[in-house]
Amino acid sequence: MSMFVIGYYAALIAASCIAAYFQNRQAFMLLFSLTLVSFVLGIVGGVPALQGVTVFAGILALAAGTSYAFREFLIQVSRPAIAKELRTAPLTAAFGMFVIFTYAIAGIFAPWIAPYGQSEVIASAFEPPNEDMLLGADQLGRDMFSRIVYGARNSVGLALLATILAFMIGALAGLYSAVKGGWLDQLSGRVADVIMSVPSLIFALLMLSIFGTYLWVIVLVVAIIYSPRVFRLTRAVAGNVVVMDYVEAAKLRGEGDWHLIRKEILPNSTAPLIAEFGLEFCFVFLLIAGLSFLGLGIQPPTADWGSMVRENATLISFGDITPLIPAAAIALLTVAVNFVVDWMLFRSSGLKEQ
Amino acid sequence: MSKFHNKGVLLEIRGLKIDGYSDETWVPIIKGVDLTLRRGEVLGLIGESGAGKSTIGAAAMGYARDGTRISEGSIEFDGMELTTATSAEKRALRGSRIAYVAQSAAASFNPAHKLIDQHTEAPLHYRIKKRMEAQEDAMELYERLRLPNPREIGFRYPHQVSGGQLQRAMTAMAMSCRPDLIIFDEPTTALDVTTQIEVLAAIRDIVDQFNTAAVYITHDLAVVAQMADAIKVLLKGEEVEHASTEKMLDAPEEDYTKSLWAVRSFKRPQKSRPEDESKPVISVQGVDAAYTGGAKVLDDVSFDIYPGMTVAVVGESGSGKSTAARVITGLLPPMKGEVLCRDEALPPRYQDRTRDQLRQAQMIYQMADTALNPKSRISDIIGRPAQFYSGLKGQALKQRVDELLDLIELDPASFYNRFPPELSGGQKQRVGIARALAAEPEFIICDEVTSALDQLVAEGILKLLDRLQQELGLAYMFITHDLATVRSIADEVVVMQNGKVVEQGAKDEMFTPPHHPYTDLLLSSVPEMDPNWLTTLLEERGVDNIGEAARV
Amino acid sequence: MGDILGLVAKRLGLGLVTLLVVSVLIFFAVELLPGDIAQAVLGQMATEETLARLREELGLERPAVVRYFDWLAGAVTGDFGTSLIDGEPVTAKITDRFVSTLFLAAYAAVIAVPFAITLGIVVALLRNSIFDRVANVVTLTSISSPEFFLGYILILYLAVKWSMFPAIASISSGMTFLELLERTFLPALTLVLVVTAHMMRMTRAAIINLLASPYIEMARLKGAPPWKVIVRHALPNAWAPIINVVALNLAYLVTGVVLVEVVFVYPGIGQLLVDAVAKRDFPIVQACCLIFAATFILLNLAADVGAILTNPRLRHPK
Repeated sequence: MSMFVIGYYAALIAASCIAAYFQNRQAFMLLFSLTLVSFVLGIVGGVPALQGVTVFAGILALAAGTSYAFREFLIQVSRPAIAKELRTAPLTAAFGMFVIFTYAIAGIFAPWIAPYGQSEVIASAFEPPNEDMLLGADQLGRDMFSRIVYGARNSVGLALLATILAFMIGALAGLYSAVKGGWLDQLSGRVADVIMSVPSLIFALLMLSIFGTYLWVIVLVVAIIYSPRVFRLTRAVAGNVVVMDYVEAAKLRGEGDWHLIRKEILPNSTAPLIAEFGLEFCFVFLLIAGLSFLGLGIQPPTADWGSMVRENATLISFGDITPLIPAAAIALLTVAVNFVVDWMLFRSSGLKEQ
Repeated sequence: MSKFHNKGVLLEIRGLKIDGYSDETWVPIIKGVDLTLRRGEVLGLIGESGAGKSTIGAAAMGYARDGTRISEGSIEFDGMELTTATSAEKRALRGSRIAYVAQSAAASFNPAHKLIDQHTEAPLHYRIKKRMEAQEDAMELYERLRLPNPREIGFRYPHQVSGGQLQRAMTAMAMSCRPDLIIFDEPTTALDVTTQIEVLAAIRDIVDQFNTAAVYITHDLAVVAQMADAIKVLLKGEEVEHASTEKMLDAPEEDYTKSLWAVRSFKRPQKSRPEDESKPVISVQGVDAAYTGGAKVLDDVSFDIYPGMTVAVVGESGSGKSTAARVITGLLPPMKGEVLCRDEALPPRYQDRTRDQLRQAQMIYQMADTALNPKSRISDIIGRPAQFYSGLKGQALKQRVDELLDLIELDPASFYNRFPPELSGGQKQRVGIARALAAEPEFIICDEVTSALDQLVAEGILKLLDRLQQELGLAYMFITHDLATVRSIADEVVVMQNGKVVEQGAKDEMFTPPHHPYTDLLLSSVPEMDPNWLTTLLEERGVDNIGEAARV
Repeated sequence: MGDILGLVAKRLGLGLVTLLVVSVLIFFAVELLPGDIAQAVLGQMATEETLARLREELGLERPAVVRYFDWLAGAVTGDFGTSLIDGEPVTAKITDRFVSTLFLAAYAAVIAVPFAITLGIVVALLRNSIFDRVANVVTLTSISSPEFFLGYILILYLAVKWSMFPAIASISSGMTFLELLERTFLPALTLVLVVTAHMMRMTRAAIINLLASPYIEMARLKGAPPWKVIVRHALPNAWAPIINVVALNLAYLVTGVVLVEVVFVYPGIGQLLVDAVAKRDFPIVQACCLIFAATFILLNLAADVGAILTNPRLRHPK
């Protein structure tokens, strides 16, 4: 038994006892079950497994600390109404906001942050990390770190563009269907049904095989694939608003459709739509990443996370984690957005129950 | 009522305080209420919405709904302190010794199980009875509660049984373990008046027969007068007054209680149709209507509304009174017949009507919450019709809005820029009226405008409507199920049942016998503030006849 | 029961129509090609002669509608035409691979479905506890990760570093069932991770959604213990959403498999589709799309029919 192992268990058991003493049942249950799991882990995986757990806990603590500080920061800098809302954010949501903020900075200031250009060959293929290259070189000898920074601009920007487009198509159609009703509503509903009855990735592959892998094709196709989701949600939300008496009053006054949408319906449907925007972005982002990974997304030499994973995939079999970094960048952003959306959904559903 | 003395105390609540969670903080919603209930006694809890009566009812079972917590005080049930009891101990009381009857039986029965299986759940769980025994007992209870086919009805699923019957089945379920105490949480609020009678009679009988103590929660004074031995009046989480039913009805002490008793007093003289040649503002002629794919909901409906008159359209839910309003406004084009405005036929669809035609007929809605756009300022809500129809702009528009706010007795300075969610129910309803007035109409449809409001507030609205009618010469079509409102404000009455007009005429004629049998049933079913009203009525109608009388 | 049969028949009809519309979409999308198929296959450099020959071979001179019905009739009888690249019949290429894909999806489903539903119910029971929150974070992370991320992590650790399972899921016909299970363990596990998280969250949401109903409060006020509230009162009403969740995720399994197949070089239909797209081999693309879409529609159909069949209001009409 090394000192590390003794210290490890001592710390866990002491923490469990403190939690139990202060009657914090949940913390105690968590800590003590971790202790029990560690016994098994220690026997199966030995010291490295326990070290892994420690490192993991350390990373978690660091993330929690950062999120906590970032939330405080946001509360300080924002207006009182927003600050009040922010105070209810769990740490996961704060973490999400922090990550989104970081990505936004990286994306916007990519040329200044990245030490090299995205297609600049500066070393030999797969060169390991050194002072010049934080993460080493890729299969052509380009700086991995620079490409990841540029990826924040290219991959995220493209996904954002497609999401906005999908949103405009879907939301507009949803609002108009809700107001108009009748055959327009029926027709758009059926069209949405048909688009949604083809799996999204398959649909995208079909369209890309026909029109080729140009950026505008990707944006358009992805927007069309995901707009029915927005359409259905908007239609449902707006459908609940349309039956309200104040909309009926406006209709009976003789107001036009556009007035109904803009003044009566839209202001009362924004909350669920904002959360949906986040979710939609995740779907779009993952789909585009998947397409890129299959070699059908953003074309080289533009830096893009999905294709970076594919290009460097061979390194995996040598036990190198480099190809996982762009994949992790994708996952991290999606997780972050999901955390924020989860909080927003919880807020809106929690308020409903009251 | 003589069973008041010499009985052991069953439930004793002392200094109860309950907090509700809203807007990120705990705010007190019950602020120190005491309550004592002896065995076999029925206590009526009454109060307006938000008075906290339902919360107290749940607390009597040691139960705090999601988003509430019991912060202080003691609840002692038969010697056991519920605020400190473990959840297992409290659970052991529920269903067996304290039972609960919810407001909406239709929602409170599990749709996936048969009635009788839900009925026998508690007795089986507590091992009080074997399954067959429990089922026999259920059937017996169904019979006592005068449910039709007592031996078979239990084997149906909730959606196969009508609302009034479900409410009785739920009372039977509450009785399944012969509890010491039953909490009735507004058990008849969701029912029509004619159905309400059968449920009230059934509840009262069974509580008497088993000598069960009960807490009866309601907002309807006349109902509680029939059911309770003693009444406690609540206001905003605090007790106002507590006394025996007779004393409370005859000699209420507190001003608030007196005002509650007095609200039904507003009455104004009946007007008759104008003598001159003036045409009806709205004339509905031989209208048949149906919703897409559904059965006919209006069958040959005709009535006239003359300028400056109030025509009340009464009937129970499903009678077609709101549908008639939809036909008039053009939301639902009729299958047959037409709607005339001053002898001029209106296009059936509102989309085809001219702005001026639309302006003529305005509407005030039942739920002020859904009638006003929560994201619009009051000034926009009221100003928009004025801008839309009269083309007012800038200063003129602002002045018009101020005028309208003055008209509905709200201070323009403080309401101009506010949003509907910041207003109380009565204030919202006033804004709704102002919006209708802004169009300068001749005719306004009032769809159950007072039924969602507390009685005092409703009274204020009725008075306001009356004043506006006199000042502006408006004609009202007043849709309601509440005959007290009809009595106070109507000039003419149209009684509807199953989509047909069964009787119509001047109000005074309608309220003096002889009536059409349905009008009679409707009139006699409205609870009165007399503790013996139900007993007398049941004697008149004959016990076996209560339920079925409603179906004539 | 007449009501139910009517509803089911109606739903089946609707599914069939949807499938038909989708087949139209798939077929005529190719017609939108700038130029035509022959042009697209042979490229700009092709001479008029070769173009004409290919057009004749493909029967392009006939109107599109006729070719559509030809294609549809073929598809219904299992004949998807021939590959543009090597001229082999498409059906022969697809059959084996489709079976492999189904095997992988079934493998994942058998593990994931019972696991996820049980976990979902447990988490609903423990809602708002720390375990619930941890589960929430873990499942959110899992659904947020692209399949290839999870796949490569599994390869890196379970295959490369600890050599527990093979990194490449190559299978051949001679293998025993156990060997097959071992070879395809990592791709199956990747799918399980993604799908379980989804299903668990949706099961939890479906149950918690029901817990706000008045009849659940009634059950509590009748003294029913928490597990009974969930199992006896919530669950029977949650079947429809849960069936929906399962079907939705099975549908996802069949299509989400594309990326996983590429990561693990698994010889399934997804891999074939990706290759065909890169080579613009339209008959194969069309066939694969139709098969995927049909599976997807079929599973959604099953979900709706399941929901109809478990609805007590429909099962016991007035």
